Amino acid sequence: MFWQQLINGITLGATYALIALGYTMVYGIIQLINFAHGEIYMIGAFVGVMAVIVFKVNIFIALLMAIAVCILIGVSVERIAYKPLRRSTRLAPLISAIGVSIFLQTLMTLIAGPQAVGFPQVIDDQLYHIGSVTVSKVQLIILFLASVMMVGLQLIIKYVRIGKAMRAASEDYDTASLMGIDVNRVISFTFAIGSALAAAGGVMVGMYFNSIHPLMGVMAGLKAFCAAVLGGIGSIPGAMLGGLFLGVAEVAGVALGYGGYRDAIAFTLLILVLLFKPTGLLGRPIQRKV
Amino acid sequence: MLCVENLHYSYGAINALSGISFQVNEGEIVALIGANGAGKSTTLLNIAGLLHPQSGLIKYQGKDISKLPPHKVVEAGISLVPEGRRVFSRMTVLENLEMGAYLKKNRAEIKESIENVFDRFTRLKERRTQLAGTLSGGEQQMLAIGRALMSKPKLLLMDEPSMGLAPMLVQDIFTIAKEINQSGTTILLVEQNAYMALSVAHHAYVLETGAIVLQGTAEEMANNPEVKKAYLGE
Repeated sequence: MFWQQLINGITLGATYALIALGYTMVYGIIQLINFAHGEIYMIGAFVGVMAVIVFKVNIFIALLMAIAVCILIGVSVERIAYKPLRRSTRLAPLISAIGVSIFLQTLMTLIAGPQAVGFPQVIDDQLYHIGSVTVSKVQLIILFLASVMMVGLQLIIKYVRIGKAMRAASEDYDTASLMGIDVNRVISFTFAIGSALAAAGGVMVGMYFNSIHPLMGVMAGLKAFCAAVLGGIGSIPGAMLGGLFLGVAEVAGVALGYGGYRDAIAFTLLILVLLFKPTGLLGRPIQRKV
Repeated sequence: MLCVENLHYSYGAINALSGISFQVNEGEIVALIGANGAGKSTTLLNIAGLLHPQSGLIKYQGKDISKLPPHKVVEAGISLVPEGRRVFSRMTVLENLEMGAYLKKNRAEIKESIENVFDRFTRLKERRTQLAGTLSGGEQQMLAIGRALMSKPKLLLMDEPSMGLAPMLVQDIFTIAKEINQSGTTILLVEQNAYMALSVAHHAYVLETGAIVLQGTAEEMANNPEVKKAYLGE
């Protein structure tokens, strides 16, 4: 029972972590909470479904198509809605982000209709039994893909030139530009990576729960945002940890009989963590530049 | 090499530079000296592209660079050692140097530049895998200088390199500046420590509340009674 719930929790948490990474990376560089990020995840799920239903492609091709479309949208959103506001107050891009979020929700409702769409069964429902634990094939694929993506992200950040530039820019934007780093390109790249992870999360959640709808990004986005803050906003390992923590806590809550409070668990946890550790689990103490 | 003409800059309503002009000839060390708030750093930030002048020209090798973004200025061959060092404290010494060579594509060339920096600053070599934030102030200043050299600039801008350093290290920093200059890099140096700046510079300009009030060779400046009184404490 315990191990079973743990696996279920980690699967759910892995999808939260994928979305949370986008929040935390963007915040790390331009100190913006990108409230439209949940919608990128939702669009990823829809593109995945359309690719499977309309183009009849294999789920992995559908995943790649969702990633491609979301990168395009994520980067465009930054160019159109955030970049012109970069030198204004911090509140302006935040409000712009909320605007983009509502716009994308409404747009998708117009295109796909307000009702939920069933995600076609693309993976056979084979179950694997390991001791007393039962794991579905979908769960295994989610866990595998999410791990590959998170490890890949860490490698890019640590060893690849643009990844190092991301770290430099998130630490000191102006000084990074003095190194010859085109900071605008680094920001676009950050949005591209974040959107790709969210798209993958959207397709995976669609497969896992078999249902998607235009407002699915709202709650998922909020929870992933909680996960990012829980882990320490701006911290990449923090977002991963926060996502997993939240997923496990949510599943545990449901297993203990508090299913009705499912969505409240994330926010309660957020409040508790912030009360005792305002910078989040892996967050750094806030340093003010003079 | 660098020719600044009638440069105006204001932070909102506060006028920082009211039409300054000066030039830096190839191969020289030129010092901009002046008190706190005279506009020295503002001048360097305008040249480096982090600020853009309201009016005036910044000509570098004949071309106006006053509207270029910072990364294009670096590409043109100008590198800034920022005030307060500004090393990437959560990155290692080696990674900081790699960032300095961001525009260089040739790995062998980058490696050679890193070796050159390590030859000049042996302390950095010992600490190459350490996070820059754990270095002492003097080591951070050396890292900031080494990092700026990684792009192989023709013109090096140094903003208050001696600030906050122990007197012995201040001496070292100016010796290093002189060595860098002798190996072929032109330097524009901004300093409150007028005595040290004038001891290494060829030409100097004195900045007061956004305007140049005196100029000449470093020797003339060091012997000028006004400079002596106001900046050399005699």
